[in-house]
Amino acid sequence: MAQEDSNVIDQPEVLRHKMVTIEIAGKKYDVPEGITIIKALWYSGQEVVRGAGCLGGFCGACAAYYRTKDDPKVRTCLACQMAVQDGMSITMMPPFPARKATYDIQTLKDPKQDLFNLYPEAPLCRNCNACTEACPQQIDVREGVWKAVFGDFKSVSEMFMDCVMCGMCTPVCIADIAPNLVALYVSRAQGAHFTEKPAGLDTRIKEIQDGRFNDEWTAILKMTDKELADHCATVK
Amino acid sequence: MDIHALQQIVHRTRDARRKQTLPKFSPADRDQLIHKYHPDYRERAYRPIRFGLNEGDKTVVELAALLEGDSSIADEFDLTADYTTDVLVVGGGGAGCAAALHAHAAGAKVILATKLRLGDSNSVMAQGGMQISVAPEDSPVTHFVDTLKGGHMQNDHQLLKVMVEEGPSIAKWLLSLGVLFDRDGDGNLHVKKGGGSSKPRLLTCSDYTGLEIMRVLKDEVLNQKIQLLEFCAAIELTSDEKGACTGAIFKDLDNQRHVVVAAKSVILATGGIGRLHIQGFPTSNHYGATGDGLCLAYRMGAKLMHIDTFQYHPSGAVYPEQLIGALVTEGIRSEGGHLVNAKGERFVNELDTRDVVSSSIIRECEEGRGIRTMSGRIGVWLDTPLLDAEHGPGTVEKHFPAMMLQFERFGIDISKDPVLIYPTLHYQNGGVKIDTNSETNVTNLFVAGEASGGLHGRNRLMGNSLLDLMVFGKRSGLTAAARAASMPQGKLTVGHLKGFRAEAKKHGSANGIVSPMILPPYTRKEN
Repeated sequence: MAQEDSNVIDQPEVLRHKMVTIEIAGKKYDVPEGITIIKALWYSGQEVVRGAGCLGGFCGACAAYYRTKDDPKVRTCLACQMAVQDGMSITMMPPFPARKATYDIQTLKDPKQDLFNLYPEAPLCRNCNACTEACPQQIDVREGVWKAVFGDFKSVSEMFMDCVMCGMCTPVCIADIAPNLVALYVSRAQGAHFTEKPAGLDTRIKEIQDGRFNDEWTAILKMTDKELADHCATVK
Repeated sequence: MDIHALQQIVHRTRDARRKQTLPKFSPADRDQLIHKYHPDYRERAYRPIRFGLNEGDKTVVELAALLEGDSSIADEFDLTADYTTDVLVVGGGGAGCAAALHAHAAGAKVILATKLRLGDSNSVMAQGGMQISVAPEDSPVTHFVDTLKGGHMQNDHQLLKVMVEEGPSIAKWLLSLGVLFDRDGDGNLHVKKGGGSSKPRLLTCSDYTGLEIMRVLKDEVLNQKIQLLEFCAAIELTSDEKGACTGAIFKDLDNQRHVVVAAKSVILATGGIGRLHIQGFPTSNHYGATGDGLCLAYRMGAKLMHIDTFQYHPSGAVYPEQLIGALVTEGIRSEGGHLVNAKGERFVNELDTRDVVSSSIIRECEEGRGIRTMSGRIGVWLDTPLLDAEHGPGTVEKHFPAMMLQFERFGIDISKDPVLIYPTLHYQNGGVKIDTNSETNVTNLFVAGEASGGLHGRNRLMGNSLLDLMVFGKRSGLTAAARAASMPQGKLTVGHLKGFRAEAKKHGSANGIVSPMILPPYTRKEN
């Protein structure tokens, strides 16, 4: 196929086939630079069962800790979204035994008060900000916990829309709060109890129940393939 | 050339393109385009299945090999049950969670088994939204017609009617569980227009629709204390002497032990096949999308349909390397994002159906109007900054936070620069044939979600998958639960394997392949 060479990207990021040395759980491996941490695990011969899920940055299965060369700071990431670089040290986060409260979201009487029964540790936040620093989704987790405690459920539900439930905010909490679980409760309560019921939806459900579309259905379902195709072509 | 230099043509031509309207293809042109460029029409990628209920039907070679593959379970396997339940749900994505919740609510004892964690699925990644006809100017009938057009008129009418009619009540159920759909100023559900749809019909939770729904459903499964078997991969089903389904055999991936579950009904909600990388395509699918349910059902004698057709999502990321195969949500095109070739021209109505848009991208690239990367990939531009130009600064960031973040990690600001995309293997249009209760031709074997076939015809309309999962998850769960009270637990045998193996032998198919695959073989075995 004819292809003008002027249409070729020659950015170094995709040129590199350079190998780098990284540490996975304390052991050194040589892997191609720039691949994701998950791909580095496969490349280094590891069977991955736990620690990989959607591979698209949404499911939170691949929460990992990493540190770059000569930097004392240990950071968090989703391993399917983080590219390896020379000297990087990586460990996958083990499943953390956080306590999840159970509740029947639909029958809660006073969801804002119930928060303190379900998660009595939530108001004990000591403002260390470790959760916010641990969040790979850049959510201001600490702020969210405070807003939950003060009953601003709407803000919490908006702030945590990005939350992939990786749980990295939990092991760092010195007050044993599981902020992601608190936020999930708060967001569900916001949706189920403090959000307007859409009137149009009930109207549509009733229309269907009352058979408003029955004549149209009868007409459509008895059409021949040809008639149906012609009818479909009229809908733009 | 530097990527920024190449992107200049997109910036330069933006204003001129904004004035353009591109008509959709006529039906004849559309068929011609698809036949010439769509991967479904590459003959050499296909072969007939050699035996079984779909003998002679063509499918991609990767899937055919697995369908004809042998079971890892020997005839004399010890089938003493480790667990007994009314309803066994296999799969922890949207369809599995919906099935488990509805069966549980109907009073059945439910076990949900999944080979990864609860919720690890494609559902969690669904960004575009969920089609439900809630707008006053829309109707279930219009939803039906749009879906039929998208599916090349091949959709099962009964399945489709059920789906579009139950949509609104599904929305109500999700709202009652606390799902935060986007709203209009008056409190009504906000609807967006999706590719191939004549009316705005997509319910969204910004670009996290699947994630939001799955967060809530997973939490609800845990709150209802439904018994879970995580990291347990289904490797065979069990049948009684009449061939009805009576349970399943799992491999616990943590300790490699077998787990036998006796169940009055089994619901396979095992999802699609992206990780088979058919025709060498990258995929947007999750780690476990290896078509396990198709193999299990086929060995049991369930009929498959439309398994020769797959959906290639038009916009998979091509650059940077790390994001290859990852999806760039259709929402960008819904809000007016243009597809632009290397000459700075648009070449398709961006809101046409996925098969048409994908085919046209492949055409541009094959005819030399694509942009290549040094690793040998090729793609066209998706003009993301156009959204800010059109709807005001901050639009991309506000409407597509997930995608902004995904690219930001690699130093790319998609509100300022266009992204390079190419079709990626996204969805299995067909699957196991089901009736309106989601049951297969094998008694007490249900299939829900992507693993099933018929509903979407030969091309799924965007936004219909999330609704499919909820509607047929619910129907399978309710039907299985209703049946449980009045029936005894059937005997557990692997009698069906005898016939299957005899057939395989007759057709010389000792190909040495054991299926299901469970996880893709990505681990490098040697240096």
